[in-house]
Amino acid sequence: MRIIKILSSFCITFCITLPLGTSIQAQSNDIDLGLLHVQGNVYMLNGGEAGNIAVQIGEDGIMLVNAMRKGFGEQIARQLQTITDKPIRYIINTSSDLYYSGGNAELAAMGKFGATPNLAPGAEDGATIVSHENSMFRLSILSSQGDDVFPSAGVPRDVYFTSFKDIYFNDEPVFVMHEPNAHTDGDSIVLFRRSDTIAVGDLFTPGQYPVIDISRGGSVQGLISALNHLLDLAVPVVLQEGGTRIIPGRGRICNEADVVEFRNMVVIIHDRVRAYMDRGMTLEQIQTQELTLDYDTEFSGSGEGFIESIYQSLARVN
Amino acid sequence: MKKLTVLITLIFFSLSAFAQMDFSGEWAPVYHEDAADRIPGPELGDYMGLPLNSAALLRAQSWEAGQISLMQNQCRPHSSDYGMRGLGNMRVTRDLDDAQEWVAFKTFIAAWGSERTIWMDGREHPPEYAEYTFQGFSSAVWEGNTLVVTTTHQKANYHRRNGVPSSDQRIITEYWTRHGDVLTVVTAVDDPVFFTEPLVRSQNWVLDLGQQQSSFYCEYVGELPELVDGKVPHYLPGENPYLDEIATTYGIPIEVLSGGAEKMYPEYQLVMPEAESSPLMCTVLCNCQGFADC
Repeated sequence: MRIIKILSSFCITFCITLPLGTSIQAQSNDIDLGLLHVQGNVYMLNGGEAGNIAVQIGEDGIMLVNAMRKGFGEQIARQLQTITDKPIRYIINTSSDLYYSGGNAELAAMGKFGATPNLAPGAEDGATIVSHENSMFRLSILSSQGDDVFPSAGVPRDVYFTSFKDIYFNDEPVFVMHEPNAHTDGDSIVLFRRSDTIAVGDLFTPGQYPVIDISRGGSVQGLISALNHLLDLAVPVVLQEGGTRIIPGRGRICNEADVVEFRNMVVIIHDRVRAYMDRGMTLEQIQTQELTLDYDTEFSGSGEGFIESIYQSLARVN
Repeated sequence: MKKLTVLITLIFFSLSAFAQMDFSGEWAPVYHEDAADRIPGPELGDYMGLPLNSAALLRAQSWEAGQISLMQNQCRPHSSDYGMRGLGNMRVTRDLDDAQEWVAFKTFIAAWGSERTIWMDGREHPPEYAEYTFQGFSSAVWEGNTLVVTTTHQKANYHRRNGVPSSDQRIITEYWTRHGDVLTVVTAVDDPVFFTEPLVRSQNWVLDLGQQQSSFYCEYVGELPELVDGKVPHYLPGENPYLDEIATTYGIPIEVLSGGAEKMYPEYQLVMPEAESSPLMCTVLCNCQGFADC
C-alpha cells in the first residue's frame, strides 16, 4: 500500500524533482569546501549553497550524513583525508533531495563495506547507503530513468521503515530517526549520541524558509513535530549555549537556541494562516495579508511558497 | 642627529604605551542615561528611539510576553550588545600569553554571568558557517587611546526586551575610552535585517575595585501549562491589545510609539502630532533617575 501511494504521487514528484535535480547536476563543480570540528567524533563539511555533510570519524572508518550533489566526490575525499586515512563506510541520506543524495554513488564507490562489530571489515568495495524506506523508493524511481538522472549505485540499500534505526560505529551509538511527513515523507535525523550532535538535513534551515514538499508527503504539522522533537533531544550546557550541536542541511553549526528561533517562526506563521483560514479566507486572500512580512528580511526563500504549503497542509486536515 | 633618533624612539614608545590603555579592573555601571529603559525595563509597546523597519515593528507588535516562559527562553542571556546596558557590575581582565604579549581582554558581567573575550591579537573572525553565540566573536584594534571592538557571530536575540528582535546578521562596533576612573563605551549596532540605520548608544561605568561578583545559576522549568506541545505565545497581526497602553499612561501620540529612524531626531518635533490624551496621574516609576528610584 505504501509503495502504491508513493508511486501514485510519482508523476508530481518526478515533474518537480527531475528538473530540479537535472539543473543541479549541471551546475559548476567548482566549490569552496570548509571543514570544522563540531565536537567529539563529528566534523562538518560546508559547501556553501551546496550544503553540509556531517562527518563522523574513528577507528571503524567514516560515516557521512548526506553527500551533496553529484560532482564533488574528489574534493570531498581530499578534505576527508586531512582528518583521517580511514575509508568511508556509511552514507546516510536525510531525505531524497538530490542536493544531498546526488553524490551518493561517487562517494560510496570510494568507500568500503561494513565495519560494525557484527560485520567484519571486508575487502568488498562500496560504502553502505542508508535512508528511510520512502526516500529509497523515490530515489529508486529516479534511478529507473537512467544513470544520468540518478545512478542506481546511489540508491540506498540499507533502509528502515520503523521509527528509527541504530548503528554502533566509531565507538558511539548512532540513531537514525524518522521524522514523518515533515519536509518530505522520508526524512531522517541522525543523532551521534556520544558526540552529542544531530544532523538534520532540510528539517531545519537557519536563515531560510523551510521547504515543505507536499507532493513528496511533507506537511507543516510534521515539520513542527520534527522541530519539537529536535528541541526535546537538544540539551544546552548552560544559559542556552553549548551542549547538543545541530548540523543543518545548509548553513552554520547551531544549537538549541537557533532551532527555537526557527521553530517559533514556523509555528507563528502556521497559526496566522490557520486563523485566517478559520475566518473563511481563500489562499489568494491570505497571500495578500503579508503574513510573513516580519520574517522576510531574516529568512530567504519564498514566504509565499511557505504560506501555500501551510495552507495545503491544513486544508488536507480540514 | 643622535638626539633626534632618541627623541623619535621615545615618542614612538610613548605613543605605543599611550595607545594601550588598560581597562582591567571592576566597574560599576552608571545609569544616568536611559535609566527607565535599562533598570525596570521598557514598557509594552514602547519602540521609541529605535530605527526599526517594518519587519521589526510587526515582529515586536506580535510579541507576547509569555514567550519568556518558553523553556528554551527562560535562561537565555542578554547578548553582549544589550548586556552592556544591563543590570550588573563588570569585571575586565587581561589575557597575556607566555611571552607576556597582550592577547585579549575578557569581560564578566554579573547578569547571567556573561563572559566575553575581546581578541587583541589580530586573529580573523571565524567563517560564516561556524557556530554563533550570544556574546559573539569580538576583535579589537586601537585608534589613539580608544579601543574599537567589532563583534560578529551573535545569535538572534532582542534589541529591546519587549519583543524588538535582533538578527544574527548584526555587526556591533564599540568604542571603549577611559578617562581616569570613568569608562565610556559607545555602541553602534548595525542590523541590516531589522534596522534602517545603525543604532548608536552610550554607557558609562566608574572604577569600583574590590567588587565581589556572584556566580549565576539558571534552571528552566515548566512555567505555564498551556505552553505544551510546542505552542508559541504571540498576537495575530493587529490584535495586540496593549500597544496603546503607554500612550494613554504618558500622554504620548500613538504614532510616536512605533519608532523608526525618522522619529529619532529633534526635527521630528516639528511634525509630531498632538497626543490623543493627557498623561494619567503617575503611580509607578515617577522619579526614575537612578537605580534606587527605579
